[in-house]
Amino acid sequence: MKLYVTDLEGVQHEIEAMPNWTVMEIIRDGDQPMRAECGGSCACATCHVYVAQEWLAKLPPMEDEERGTLDGGFEVEPNSRLSCQLIMTPDLDGLKVTLTNDSSN
Amino acid sequence: MTTDAISTDVVIIGAGPVGLFAVFELGLNDMKCHLIDILDKVGGQCAELYPEKPIYDIPGLPIVTGQELTDALMKQIEPFNPVFHLNQMAESLTKTDDGKWRVTTDAGTIIECTVLVIAAGGGSFVPKKPPIKGIEEYEAKSVFYSVRRMETFRDRHIVISGGGDSALDWTLNLQPLASKLTLIHRRDEFRAAPDSVNKMRELVAAGKIDLKIGQIANLNGAGGQIESVTVKTDSGDMHDIACDALLPFYGLTMKLGPVANFGINLHQNLIPVDTEKFESDVPQIFAIGDINSYPGKLKLILSGFHEAALMAQQAFRYVHPDRKLRFQYTTSSSDLQNKLGVAAE
Repeated sequence: MKLYVTDLEGVQHEIEAMPNWTVMEIIRDGDQPMRAECGGSCACATCHVYVAQEWLAKLPPMEDEERGTLDGGFEVEPNSRLSCQLIMTPDLDGLKVTLTNDSSN
Repeated sequence: MTTDAISTDVVIIGAGPVGLFAVFELGLNDMKCHLIDILDKVGGQCAELYPEKPIYDIPGLPIVTGQELTDALMKQIEPFNPVFHLNQMAESLTKTDDGKWRVTTDAGTIIECTVLVIAAGGGSFVPKKPPIKGIEEYEAKSVFYSVRRMETFRDRHIVISGGGDSALDWTLNLQPLASKLTLIHRRDEFRAAPDSVNKMRELVAAGKIDLKIGQIANLNGAGGQIESVTVKTDSGDMHDIACDALLPFYGLTMKLGPVANFGINLHQNLIPVDTEKFESDVPQIFAIGDINSYPGKLKLILSGFHEAALMAQQAFRYVHPDRKLRFQYTTSSSDLQNKLGVAAE
């Protein structure tokens, strides 16, 4: 499985994606900048990413906790998600996300 | 200056779980500790980021929340009477003529010690700064990330942004002083104490504050004085809101901070240590917990506990060079039991 990550410079990277890993962990394992300060416990918003429009509907809906934690993020858009809350499954093979100032600056 | 300095055996930078447990291991070996932490409470990430979240991988504790672990560690180290300097950041480090470390905090506290232990985790918790172009020129002049004196904001036209407890608390506290106050949040829901949210809603209904739903996209002003903020709504509309002070409250983030200037070798913002003593490249300075690095390092609380125990052995040799290090068990040593205040009469 592949994950496509666009960095802050706009360069897209193809990363090997492991099933059941979170997108945050996959980005980090793929050596892309990923702060994820709380380590994936949905407490800090420093794994904030933008999800490509065409993939939005395929993702599980946001829970209240994620929506609340996203309040600690900046430049939040309708396609904003916390990548620690997105779990990689075969139907997400090819998922495209873009890093943010929160996650990677 | 020196006359004002506190003198102790060990200064620990960071009062998270690993810093707290270090007090125990050092205490068993007769070393007194002072701890410095930038937060206003002990517990580090456990207390700040996930006080309510259960942790499942602390040996012997099948389930414990961040706050419960912190409380238990505080009880465990009570016999050693650690001294805490909270709400302070260790700012500079110098060596004294007699070979001690002198640590100075941003609050002016000066502590001299034989051994320095850096247990600073991911670094200092500092306020998140909005990535808005040019915001630096306004900082400390008309953009503030904390409120030191409320009077600073009397009769000012304040914009507060954020949706958590800090944003709500300061909205409620500053509203009576402000000439006008606008609260900006990206959605019409707030993750804050329900009572604060209700009070804020009442002030909005009474016309005493404005609530604007959107995100700040731009700051407008000159010479460090903000004149308005441009707010972008969900529909993409832009509105300017006049103000002369902006207070963004988006929670905290971790920055290594002044430790980077202590003259210790760093690698990717971590402190490389050996795995026998967990000492940095500078003698008498140790690094334990998430802030250190070595082959095989795992950022786990339990690893930090182990590192604290080994660090304490070498620290003893520095603090008590004339004494022979004796390894003992708390189960059997009446000496250790005395120190813990649990010895049988």
